[in-house]
Amino acid sequence: MDGVHDLGGMDGFGKVKPEPEDKPPFSESWEGRVLAMTRALGKAGAWNIDVGRHGIERLPPHVYLAATYYQKWFLRNEKLCLEAGLVTAEELAAGHANTPAKPLPGNVVTPSDIAGTLVRGSFGRPALGPAKFDVGDRVLAKNIHPKSHTRLPRFVRGHVGTIERIQGCHVYPDATVATGEEDPQWLYTVVFDGRDLWGPESDPTLEVSIEAFEPYLEAA
Amino acid sequence: MQRRVRALETVLAEKGYIVSEALDRIVEAYESRVGPHIGAKVVARAWTDPAFKKELLADASKAVRALGIERQIGDHLIAVENTANTHNMIVCTLCSCYPWDLLGLPPTWYKSTAYRSRAVKEPRAVLADFNVTLPDDRRIRVWDSTAETRFMVIPLRPDGTAGWSEEQLTKLVTRDSMVGTGLPRQPGEIV
Repeated sequence: MDGVHDLGGMDGFGKVKPEPEDKPPFSESWEGRVLAMTRALGKAGAWNIDVGRHGIERLPPHVYLAATYYQKWFLRNEKLCLEAGLVTAEELAAGHANTPAKPLPGNVVTPSDIAGTLVRGSFGRPALGPAKFDVGDRVLAKNIHPKSHTRLPRFVRGHVGTIERIQGCHVYPDATVATGEEDPQWLYTVVFDGRDLWGPESDPTLEVSIEAFEPYLEAA
Repeated sequence: MQRRVRALETVLAEKGYIVSEALDRIVEAYESRVGPHIGAKVVARAWTDPAFKKELLADASKAVRALGIERQIGDHLIAVENTANTHNMIVCTLCSCYPWDLLGLPPTWYKSTAYRSRAVKEPRAVLADFNVTLPDDRRIRVWDSTAETRFMVIPLRPDGTAGWSEEQLTKLVTRDSMVGTGLPRQPGEIV
């Protein structure tokens, strides 16, 4: 979706504010709870990572921009739990459960087995066919505007870049959100010249790459 | 917010989807065990061991696993090397993808709208916010983490560190230098 989350190249957000390297990861204790809850719900199979990302993208734009990072995570968790019927609005208002749980496909994370929540999932999949592009090929990032989740950022759409690396076949986020299927696709690193993206006034030393799934690209 | 978080956690726990004590353990792990010290070890090894550096650049997940770091390292980790010609920077314009395995949770600035919007368009201005100035002719390569590949930067080894041990070198490696918004500390900056 052409959402507010797709920030690359926008102006007006001000300076970046560096912070000390030893700053603790959570400013308030509820932030840690939200992070841990998210990891545990992922392992329980409440939703996959792409549905989770899309949940944040679907927050209203004014909420997305005003909320802190972990506020966004919390609002997403609440929304997806309600949408999936894992909790009811009445239960959240009361702060206690009063309906039976729904079965989930994953595993409940226990205190003695949190290791799985600390390691990333694996997204590589066996290839279903040959890669369409080779290193060095010139490719056009398609001018597409899917209404659902996509990982093709707006700032490259309609621009020509070069295939630099082939990353193998990966779970296709657009499909997992739209249909629930993994529909693995070849993934490429595609590099663009800064002046192609941002015009002749751009920094001439700049190159920007994205990780692009094959359906995002066509031969240029 | 705290009240709403507690309500959601309580309801989820009462229904058996999560166990609150497990959340305690997860928080503790991210607060204490996972952090940029892991990435710093990897960089220091790459600075001192050319064979390791070659393996790291070829397949970073495999090379880091072979180091025997206590933490599990996920797939699709990619190490990119700064050189005299090229400076690398990592961003996620769409959300906040970051190499948690090696660097821990991302700092607030990495997740900010300012960084995510500007890094791909005016990286030198972003670097100026970090008090970093690069030569005008240095090529700047920005990697937007739009898939499940995860990137880390191997910064340039500071001059004046010939003969330093791997352990000494880790003290020069900062988190920001492994994201590409900073440079390693100089030998004179550490005791």
